[in-house]
Amino acid sequence: MINRGGIVAALGLSALMAMIVAPAHADPDNNQLIIDGEVIITDVAAPDDSPLDRIYSGWRFRSPETQSLQMDDFENPGFVAVDDAIESWDTAEGSEGKSCASCHSDPSSLAGLRTTLPKWDEATNKPATMENLINRCRTDRMGAEAWGWEQKEMVNMTALVSLQSRGMPVNVQTDGPMAEWIEKGKDLYYTRVGQLNMSCSNCHEDNYGNQIRSDHLSQGQVNGFPVYRLKWAGLGSIHRRFKGCMENIRATPFKRGSDEFIALEAYVASRGAGLAVETPSVRN
Amino acid sequence: MRKLIVAATAAILCSTAIALADTVGPNEVKIVDAAVEGSLSGQAGDAAAGRDIMINRKLGNCLACHQNSEIPEQPFHGEVGPPLDGVADRWSEGELRAILVDVKTAMNPDSIMPSFYSLNLGVRVAESFAGKTILQAQQVEDVLAYLMTLKEE
Ligand code: HEC
Ligand code: HEC
Repeated sequence: MINRGGIVAALGLSALMAMIVAPAHADPDNNQLIIDGEVIITDVAAPDDSPLDRIYSGWRFRSPETQSLQMDDFENPGFVAVDDAIESWDTAEGSEGKSCASCHSDPSSLAGLRTTLPKWDEATNKPATMENLINRCRTDRMGAEAWGWEQKEMVNMTALVSLQSRGMPVNVQTDGPMAEWIEKGKDLYYTRVGQLNMSCSNCHEDNYGNQIRSDHLSQGQVNGFPVYRLKWAGLGSIHRRFKGCMENIRATPFKRGSDEFIALEAYVASRGAGLAVETPSVRN
Repeated sequence: MRKLIVAATAAILCSTAIALADTVGPNEVKIVDAAVEGSLSGQAGDAAAGRDIMINRKLGNCLACHQNSEIPEQPFHGEVGPPLDGVADRWSEGELRAILVDVKTAMNPDSIMPSFYSLNLGVRVAESFAGKTILQAQQVEDVLAYLMTLKEE
């Protein structure tokens, strides 16, 4: 970290000016994510019309200690939540006396779903996230109460269902009725917010790979969500992370589940097209 | 006793009034030729206080982005901006004040660096920070006094 500073100083003013014009990216590390003998792809060529050349999972920017927690499902603290979710998968709730298992048998029947979310939903005429789809099952099919966006049961269930797509490439729809939402998300991504007056792109596009005090900036991809954050001592949703980033720049965040965050999620997911789903990933 | 307190309060009020009278508000600062001449607070800066503001995550938090060899006791210097070593050799006092006040006007409209004494902010500013600059006039002068000590030549 201090290293690059030293090099820049040694190169002198002209190199410094060059750096001001085009922010430099320090590279992510070269480690490989292997879980149970299976290689999970953590970098791929960026999708068409991406401003980046290559896209990387956030895992590649974490310390070796944090990385190793995700390489072994027994050490991965996110799996406690997955186990809890398996229990609620089989538990009947609500007026219809049904559980998730009544309709979907095994969670593995939902393999691939995570890679497509958020996706266009005719029923509501807007994109649906994993949380939206789970709640639709609860209210319309089980006659049970909707879960809160960040409620433990909800986050745990999104982890269990997303895990079924682990290793599969993210592939969200960006055309058709999704196009307008992707565009809206893109606007939000590049809008400067807050007293610190920054956009998502300032940190995750212009400065990924750079150290921002004790944090190593990633591309802010969402392929690992919900993530287990050591700082949260638990799992958190994509919208929780968006909210945290906005608060850090002293902005009033949008609400979890708001149209703005759904649009932003769709756009950020599209920036990560081709990266493998990693849920539940581990971050600091 | 009571009289004393009243007198002391009056003295404090008086001195803030003087300080405020000399303070250049964020909307009045003029950046001319990428520089701001003259103290924003009407007072000289205190370099030691400025050094603390650089470190403080709730104030300057300059180390989030800048490496600075003069503060070795603090771990985790960022690498988003250029190192600040020798910065006073590269820029005049007026230029550095302008960079602190509003780097986007002084230097680069697309800069990630916050404008520390400007009300030209992003949208959706959190309520508790609305209408406020990140640093006060005197704090800018303090940081500036500290930056002026960063000479290598
Ligand atoms: C001041 C810098 C900054 C800004 C601006 C910022 N973030 Fe972040 N973000 C971080 C840091 C630091 C982390 C934690 C380390 C990392 O993964 O980059 C992070 C993490 C994330 C992650 C988690 C990535 C992972 O793999 O776990 C996502 C997603 C994210 N940010 C999205 C956003 C979005 C969307 C915005 C705009 C609303 C935004 N960020 C604005 C600094 C920022
Ligand atoms: C979020 C990142 C960030 C923070 C926080 C930040 N800066 Fe900067 N700073 C930059 C960047 C990037 C540049 C390069 C100019 C540009 O953006 O084009 C810069 C440039 C500068 C320069 C000009 C340096 C040179 O040699 O050209 C000075 C001086 C400076 N900053 C001082 C400070 C001080 C003092 C603070 C805190 C009060 C601070 N910065 C906080 C990112 C930051």
